[in-house]
Amino acid sequence: MKNKHLIGLEGYPKQDINEIIETAFSFKEVLERPIKKVPSLQGKTIVNLFFENSTRTRISFELAEKRLSADSINFSASSSSLNKGETFKDTVKNIESMKIDAAVIRHSFPGSALMLTNYIDSVVINAGDGTHEHPTQALLDIVSLKEKFGYIKNLKIGIIGDIAHSRVALSNIYGLITLGAKVTLCGPSTLMPIKIEELGLTVNNNIDEVIEWADAINVLRIQRERMNNALIPSVREYRKLFGITQSRIEKHNSELVIMHPGPMNRWVEIDSNVADSEQAIILDQVLNGVATRMAILYLLLSGTTKKDS
Amino acid sequence: MQTEKINKHLVLKNATIIDPFNSTEINGDIYIKEGKINSIGKATYPSSSKIIDCTDRIVTHGFCDIHVHFREPGEEYKEDLNSGSQAAIAGGFTRVCVMPNTSPVIDSPELIRYIVNRSNECPIHIHPIGAVTKSQKGKELTEMKAMLNEGAVAFSDDGVPIENSSVLRNALSYSSMFYENIKIINHAEDLTLKNSSVMNEGIISTKLGLEGSPDITESNMVLRDLEIAKITNAHIHIPHVSAGKSVKHINSVKKDYDKVTAEVTPHHLFFSDEDLQDYNANLKVAPPIRTRDDRKILINALKDGTIDCIATDHAPHALEEKECGFNCASFGMIGLESCYGAVNKILLKENNFNVISLLKLMTTNPRKIMGFENDLFSKGKDAELVILDPKEKWKFAEKNIYSKSKNSPFIGEDLVGKVKYTIVKGLINKI
Repeated sequence: MKNKHLIGLEGYPKQDINEIIETAFSFKEVLERPIKKVPSLQGKTIVNLFFENSTRTRISFELAEKRLSADSINFSASSSSLNKGETFKDTVKNIESMKIDAAVIRHSFPGSALMLTNYIDSVVINAGDGTHEHPTQALLDIVSLKEKFGYIKNLKIGIIGDIAHSRVALSNIYGLITLGAKVTLCGPSTLMPIKIEELGLTVNNNIDEVIEWADAINVLRIQRERMNNALIPSVREYRKLFGITQSRIEKHNSELVIMHPGPMNRWVEIDSNVADSEQAIILDQVLNGVATRMAILYLLLSGTTKKDS
Repeated sequence: MQTEKINKHLVLKNATIIDPFNSTEINGDIYIKEGKINSIGKATYPSSSKIIDCTDRIVTHGFCDIHVHFREPGEEYKEDLNSGSQAAIAGGFTRVCVMPNTSPVIDSPELIRYIVNRSNECPIHIHPIGAVTKSQKGKELTEMKAMLNEGAVAFSDDGVPIENSSVLRNALSYSSMFYENIKIINHAEDLTLKNSSVMNEGIISTKLGLEGSPDITESNMVLRDLEIAKITNAHIHIPHVSAGKSVKHINSVKKDYDKVTAEVTPHHLFFSDEDLQDYNANLKVAPPIRTRDDRKILINALKDGTIDCIATDHAPHALEEKECGFNCASFGMIGLESCYGAVNKILLKENNFNVISLLKLMTTNPRKIMGFENDLFSKGKDAELVILDPKEKWKFAEKNIYSKSKNSPFIGEDLVGKVKYTIVKGLINKI
């Protein structure tokens, strides 16, 4: 692996992404065995620094760490000394001084994972930094696509919904484009980041056209608080314009593969029966998440020599 | 830095003497007798005089910065008038105007007097800018006339824009009763467009996942402020212009209305939003660092006179207030110590300014805006000057910082031109 840390997929080397995908498939085999544990990271200590709430990402990382036989420790902001006024830097420096090998960080500030690499020497893995990146989610999405289609190059992927407040979108865009997929974003213009088409993708706010065009779509969560800032008028109007409904899928592309990073708002961004349909790979994504995170932890931590970032 | 009392007879020998007031450049000596300018050019002086060799050096007026934050009273852990003075001296500044956003806000004649009294104990000249409205709340006007009598030189609510247009109109109108030259300075950012943004809006903010604000956040309010100034026939000064669109508005209003002045900071001239790509919180500032194109327009605006002067907006913050993450970091950066080297590099080396017009941007032009004495090299004036090495190449480092705070994005940058001596208030400061 070229990089010591995994901060984001912007500029991340193609061959490293491919190595993660291949390793994830091997670990997925492990997860199918009766005994789902390997000794690969025995003796390594990993701290999960969750400054922001998370259920599925935190459990997925914990499970990945345990399956690799690493010792893992959980930190969450609500139980931490941050509430007592300790600074971020002091908190992480204290934790690192207890001799850890890696830190998985989730924080609401963009740039927080990169900032952590300035404060500690351990391997840093970004588990979501605000509205910036969520590289492990994008990698598990890519693993799921590869599993489904067998290839990524020239796949047509739609990313649907609140792009502006999504860390999943940006990481997916970088990863997919690096591997040669074609990306179209679809969502309300108020939730589309400015100049995003400069990243080498297409923006189309006609959902029917995007459904027809795409091989797979990744449906993002719409948060109800967006209505308070005059960004969208109502759930009803959103569903009308961008909802992934049964009738749209039937009419425009009955083969379309459906992904969602969760948590879902059923009947808001996606119809319940679409989410539960055969063509949805949403639960495969969750299992692939454990395998992909095992691959990332293994590749970044099992090397014997220290690498520079 | 070494500081000593000025000698009875002091000679700055063999200097390139640039007088930005008279737009002259000569080679020769300056003889300073008992702290006052005695003769310039061919000087006769006693053989016992202290000599400073100024070969290949420029001697010019001490720099004047009309926009600094020295944090006293209230936030002395960031800066105070003494440490701020040291930072100013290191940057060649002999005279500064301090903003009123302290704790308490400088919004009364009594508080103006406090700053003036403290200034008298400091090794540079410090002039207070008073608040436009009480507690910077944007509602009630301060006692401007009484504050002027105590030594206020201008009025500003500093980082808090006066959002209510009627209040700004009244402040401008009221201020126009007093001196011909008194300025209202309004931080121009439309807060309803700014929201919780932390940088300029564009492809860089999109890539960083940070909330940005568009350039019209500034230029819309600049246009409003200019138009309100026109109907009140009052003087307005536009601080730290960051957007090309603001320059356009200033330029068009200046054509038929001469009571408008504007400043630009070294950081808006030096950096563009592309420099924020590693989330360097020292580049988080209001108004934000904008694009390469904006930067080019700002440089040209100094050339054609649309923008009148350079001001640093020196804004000290403690380390903890900057290293907590880009979103939560305080806005602002220090700028006094790095100003000359940065501006000289950008304007003189890279944009072909001539040396006199460059020095005017830091000497006569800001002094004129504030109505300060400007003929500093005439006989009998107290020595208030700097000795510069315009060619020295150096890397700005933490050791060059005299401010209590170290929040400078210039750390590690290659600069050209260095301040060697700052002479003011009867002291020779060797940097």
